[in-house]
Order: sequence, then C-alpha cells, then structure tokens
Amino acid sequence: MRMEQLMQLLWTGLLETLYMTIPATLIAYLIGMPLGVLLVVTRKNHMMPAPRFNTVLGAVINFLRSIPFIILLVLLFPVTRAVMGSGIGTRSVIFPLIISAFPYIARMVEGSLNEVDRGIIEAAQSMGSTSWQLIRKVLIPEAMPSLVNGAAICMVTILSYTAMSSAAGGGGLGTIAIVKGLNMRQSDIMYSASILLVLLVQLISLAGSYSTKRIDHRN
Amino acid sequence: MKGAPLIEIIKLSKVFSDAENRVVALNDISLTVHEKEIYGIVGMSGAGKSTLIRCINRLDTPNAGQVLYRGRDILAMDRRQLLSTRRKMGMIFQQFNLLMQRTVGQNVRYPLEIAGVKHAQANARVRELLDIVGLQDKLNAYPAQLSGGQRQRVAIARALASNPEVLLCDEATSALDPMTTQSILTLLQDINQRLGITIVLITHEMAVIRQICNRVAILDGGQVVEEGNVDEVFVHTQSEAGKRLFGILPEAPDEDPEQPALRIVFDGASAEKPIMANLIREHGILINILSANIRHLGGKSYGQMLIEMPAELEEKLTVVAYLESQGMTVKEVNNQ
Repeated sequence: MRMEQLMQLLWTGLLETLYMTIPATLIAYLIGMPLGVLLVVTRKNHMMPAPRFNTVLGAVINFLRSIPFIILLVLLFPVTRAVMGSGIGTRSVIFPLIISAFPYIARMVEGSLNEVDRGIIEAAQSMGSTSWQLIRKVLIPEAMPSLVNGAAICMVTILSYTAMSSAAGGGGLGTIAIVKGLNMRQSDIMYSASILLVLLVQLISLAGSYSTKRIDHRN
Repeated sequence: MKGAPLIEIIKLSKVFSDAENRVVALNDISLTVHEKEIYGIVGMSGAGKSTLIRCINRLDTPNAGQVLYRGRDILAMDRRQLLSTRRKMGMIFQQFNLLMQRTVGQNVRYPLEIAGVKHAQANARVRELLDIVGLQDKLNAYPAQLSGGQRQRVAIARALASNPEVLLCDEATSALDPMTTQSILTLLQDINQRLGITIVLITHEMAVIRQICNRVAILDGGQVVEEGNVDEVFVHTQSEAGKRLFGILPEAPDEDPEQPALRIVFDGASAEKPIMANLIREHGILINILSANIRHLGGKSYGQMLIEMPAELEEKLTVVAYLESQGMTVKEVNNQ
C-alpha cells in the first residue's frame, strides 16, 4: 500500500475514533455526573441522606458496570436501532458507548467528590447554603482537579471501547487495525493504527494530568 | 450589662448510637447565651462540647430538647427558615475549613454570593472584611499559601460577611501556636466589642475562657456541671471537672505528702501582698514549701500551696493564725 493511501486511511480512522469518543464521553458525563453527585450526597452522613435510595442506585450502577462492552454492544442492538435509527455503523456505536460508560463515570465522579473534606462542606452549610449551592459552588469546584483527572481516565476507557466497534459495523482506528490489519495480514496497517491509538491515549492522559496540576490550588 | 437572651438551650440531649454502641454526647443541657456576651463552653475532649455548638446551628440534630434563637425553635424550623437563621450565625472551626480552590477574596465573598449580594457591593464588602482581620494584601492569595493564623483570619472574615449576630467558634484556636492564639483571641474580643457580635466559643483550654469570656459553662460527661460569670465560677468552682480545668486540682488526684503538712487554700487573696514573705519576716518562722499551684485572676490569687508542718506546736499555731487572718483557709494534712 502506498504511503498516501495509508495516511488517508489512518486519518479517516482517527476522525472516526474521535467522532465516537468525544460525543460519547460528553453525553455519558451528562448522565454519569448527576448520578455520581447523587451517589455522594445521599450517603448516610452527607448533605441529603437517603440511604435506601443510595443502596439501590449503587446496585444498579454496579450491575451496569459489570457487563463487558462487547456484550453490551450486541445485547443493545435492537435498542440502538430504535434510538439511533440504525443498529450498525460508526454513528450507532455512540449509543452503546454511552450506556457502557455512564455507570463507570458515575463511580469516578463519586470517588472525586468523596475526596472533598467534610469540614469544608459543613462550613458552607453553616453559612446557610442551599443543597444546590453546596453542589455547584462547593462540592464540584473543590473536587475539580480530581474530576478533570477522572475525565481523562474515562475518555481513555471509552477510546479503548471504540476499538471493539467493528463488532457492530463501526469504524475507527481499532477497526482498521483489526479488519484491515490483522485479518488481512497487513502488518504495516495494524501497527501504524495501533501506534496512533497508543499516542492518542498518551495525549489524553498527559492533557489530563497537566490540567489537573494546573487548576489545583491546594499547594 | 446583660442583654436579652439570644440563644436558649433547653433540656438538650443527643445520643449517638449504632448497632453496637450508644454514646450519650449531651445529657439534658440547659443554658442561655445573652446578646453581646462572650460565652465560653469548656470541657475535656469527649465532654460533648463540639456536639453542643453544632446543635446551635443544627449541623447536628439533637434527640430531645429545644434550641431557641431569639425565642424561635431552630429545631422546629423548616429548611428555608433554618437557612436564613444560619445566615445570622457565623461559624469558625479548628481546621479553618476554607474553600481550597478559591482565593482569599473569593472565600470571603462566598456567603455574599449565596445570599445574592450584587457584585460591586460584594467586592467592597470583601475589602472591608479583609481590612477588619488585617489581610488586605492577601485578597488574591490561595489558602494553601497562608499560615494557620492567617487562614483562621480569613475564616473569621468569611463568617462575618453576612453581618451575623452571633459567631460560633468550634475550637477555633486549638490548631494554632500560643502566639497566634493570642492574636486570634484579641481579634475575637475586638469583634465582640466593636461590632457588638455575640460570641459562643468552645475550647478545652481554660486560658482561652479566662482571657476573653464573660460567662462560662463547664461541660463534663455531656452535662453542664457549672455555669456562671467566669470570675465567680473560677472562685467557687465545685466540680471535679472545673477544678481540673482551672488547674486547682492536678490532672490526677493530688496525693497527700508523706510527712505532716499544711494545705493553704488561696481563695481570692490579693496577689500583690507577699503573704508568705511577710509571714517569714514578721514571725521569724522558716517555711518549707512542698508544692504550690497558684493562679492569678483579676489581681487575686487562687489555688493551693502545701508547706511542711512547722516542728513546734507554737510555730504552727502562729502560722495558721496569720494565714487565716489574711483570708486563707488552712488544713492540716497527714497529722498523726
């Protein structure tokens, strides 16, 4: 294969990968973030205790988290078709990605918010903050460095899921590496697509840890 | 000089319990804080004082009893009333509890933000508050860049932002060194006097109580064992906890000495008169002091001194007569 063609192929793959990863991450955060907040604030000694609700929510999230992405991809097929208009293709894979990622994100967010010192929350409570003010002005901003770090980790996880998108007819670098590279014995394609994926993961991780340090004022 | 009652705590009880343990933190506590006073609640750790102050703004919910704020029961308030009452009470903490991702200025601005104060007005108020606590130049610093004393000053400025009527201090100086403690206590006293803000503070250090409080409640085992004006409570302290905290009793019960001795109780004798020196000079009797634990308060001496029993009966009678004439109580110890 000529260099130009290879580059063209990888470029398309890269765009497809990002086309799946970025919207899936954003939308999964829209669902996972509020759930993560709920997991924290409804704990027994937190701002809005609701232990029974907390237990049920935690169990549901654990259940969803325990289904491997590749299985979810197949299981969700009819739902994906109903929601996305088609069960297969790069665009359609975004839906199972979201379903698979949001429980994971909820747990990550929960972990970050749990790191916020309870004394700080109590101080804000003592000043007469409403629950919404506590969440928006105290809990989330105080946890922001950790949340950003978690977001980078979640994005990398979603990126790694996209590599399996070929099972539902999706594209991206993973599909190129498996279908065009591995199955068709074109090792140059396999390696270059894989290396590009690795670089992408490195880039996201680096950006994550850099911003985490940059925005943290604790030292 | 007593103002109107501001906070009335009536028969308050709080029990912490889980499957295995049941801890009575507060047991039928009643006390009243009046306007413009500095009210100290003192006790050893585990006496329940932290739980008590946290019940005042309902950070903790008691199991029984009432907390009245200007006659209204805080425990019976709905969410909205509670939040607006909390805005009239500032609170500061042992660990400062500043927002670590906000600058000093933004921390002080937080209570104004949540109360919906306009931007320009809030900025002006923040500067005014930082001026009160002497940190004008730290407006844009982050809490991590400040010393403990400076952090507590920021916390005080923040607590004052909403123009509270009362400032609750939860072991506010316990994490600070003695010099910084002094400066924070002076600041609190200044705030009380200049701004007329009532202060309720809890501490395990009697020195803090003696330095700035008008009134004190001594807590022991979840109960108020003594309550009153600081001077009076100090002089007439009856409870074991009070005596330990005032240093009149050592932490461990005082052991009587092996040899016969005289225990002299200083109960408000003038600190300016050199009583022991006069005794020695006027009567020519040599006194051997075995131990002494004397505190000074308002120019008076309180505490105890143990002296060796004079060998001669006559000398002993002279000593006892002299000391009693100076207003002290003398007891014989270990006299066969």
